[in-house]
Amino acid sequence: MVSIAADRVSVSLGGRHVVREVSAALTPGRLVGVLGPNGAGKSTLVRALLGLVPHHGNVTIDGIARTAMSRAAIAQAVAYLPQGQVLHWPLTVARLVALGRLPHLAPFSRLADSDHAAIDHAMARAGVTSLADRLATELSGGERARVLLARALAVEAPALIVDEPLASLDPAHQIEGMELLRAEADAGRLVVAVLHDLTLAARFCDRVLVMAEGALVADGAPRHVLTAELLARVYGITAYFGEGATPMLVPLDRLR
Amino acid sequence: MTRRWLWPALILAMLVAGVLGVGIGSTSIAPGHALAALAGHGDPIERAILIELRLPRAILGLAVGAMLGLAGAALQGYLRNPLAEPSVLGASNGAALGAVVALYFGIAEWNAVALPVLAIAGALVTLAALFALAGRSESPLTLILAGIAVATLTGAGISLALNLSPNPFAAMEIMTWLLGSLEDRSFRHVLLALPCIAIGIVLLAGQGRALDALTLGEDGAAALGIDLRATRMRLMLGVAIGVGGAVAVSGAIGFVGLIVPHLVRPLTDRSPSAVLWPSALAGAALLALADVAVRVIPATNELKLGVVTAFLGVPVFLVHLMRERRLW
Repeated sequence: MVSIAADRVSVSLGGRHVVREVSAALTPGRLVGVLGPNGAGKSTLVRALLGLVPHHGNVTIDGIARTAMSRAAIAQAVAYLPQGQVLHWPLTVARLVALGRLPHLAPFSRLADSDHAAIDHAMARAGVTSLADRLATELSGGERARVLLARALAVEAPALIVDEPLASLDPAHQIEGMELLRAEADAGRLVVAVLHDLTLAARFCDRVLVMAEGALVADGAPRHVLTAELLARVYGITAYFGEGATPMLVPLDRLR
Repeated sequence: MTRRWLWPALILAMLVAGVLGVGIGSTSIAPGHALAALAGHGDPIERAILIELRLPRAILGLAVGAMLGLAGAALQGYLRNPLAEPSVLGASNGAALGAVVALYFGIAEWNAVALPVLAIAGALVTLAALFALAGRSESPLTLILAGIAVATLTGAGISLALNLSPNPFAAMEIMTWLLGSLEDRSFRHVLLALPCIAIGIVLLAGQGRALDALTLGEDGAAALGIDLRATRMRLMLGVAIGVGGAVAVSGAIGFVGLIVPHLVRPLTDRSPSAVLWPSALAGAALLALADVAVRVIPATNELKLGVVTAFLGVPVFLVHLMRERRLW
């Protein structure tokens, strides 16, 4: 089990402060949603957590400074699905998902039986087993999103960071995707998901981090955090709030 | 999956190319005589032709071809661009410029090692300039434009040397570096090039996993545990040392690194790592065969190797063009 802690993480890109002093301790077994309008710094924050972008402040993975860890060690601890992933070669789905085993391969060795089991398992859970022999570049947007999620799952890392995993999925597959992330968290993993769908985030996440203009403006359980006041302030929208055991909210109108 | 017959077929092609390279030439030597000569007896003239002329030439054809094929496959994988190739990106030209500088200023005559060292330096500078110009952009266009800029600059440098060359003989020699040839190469050249090519092959062939991970882009690869800076460093050094060493003896032979991965890729699972070694083998076979072809094709002057490979390279660009225009 892995926990990730960010301590006053700031990122400047081209002189612009994209992420400002964000601190958060992310613990195992949780599904954490990272919310916020476009350009709020969500993707940059998760890239900073992984050390993919130069930043100020400290990130620790299981109490160890990330800067002291090798790239390979980070890769084994945290799987990452980047936003809007582009595929550069027409690999088959099975071959693409197998890339997820790279962090575990010893030099000059082939995929072991355990690797094949992990690949098959990941494809089955993302529901792409039937696509195994198709070329990943020739899939529909939704199929490709699920294949890329399978690639991230195949790492079988104790922590999973996914950036907009639901983009271009239909409602059924969006819900299936959230159920999958929920199951990952329930199995004891730490799941951090950058999301745009407030309804799904409110329903499935244990905790949401809300960002606006690079700063963390709210952090907590969706029921407490996603209030009418916050949505108005951060997104400039109104929403319908349902009553029931699971939090439910539906964005309604733009505030003018 | 990689076709089962691919490796045996490529190794066979390499062997055939090697045997033809030793067996075929302007003087016809019967196979029996050739074997006797290679075994160390037989006619001394035939022995001299085989061992001192054809054997080093065949070895260089195979080695240089393997290096160019592998460099093309590695660069295409690293840059995620099927048009990347040492000569398209200016690395071969840079190495040729280094070689020309060595020849022009007579440095090559002081010390035999100066030629490959300057060729390697030329390739290294060119690649560094290329990566600096193209920046972190993943767009094929940026890279090709940067490649054209760098290749044009080195080409201009070579033309300048040609322009200022004191006599027609010097100009002819410089031309030879531009066109690429394995004519009249001896074991001295083999000794010069082979270590560089061996280093280049080891550096590049070991990058398979990093190149596979780069299928997911730079962030994706880094998140899979790939040290991108080290990968870039090894790749640049591998291409510069290997191609620099090759160009130092053969001149700038273009398009082998472009053609070969394209021929090989459809027969593999298309992942960059699966294309590396087969490209080296196919490159060796292709260049050795092309070198046999230039000896067989009747012409008043022997055809230069780079001319033949350039003709072979054009169809690859055409296929790409047709795919872009959706004609095919």
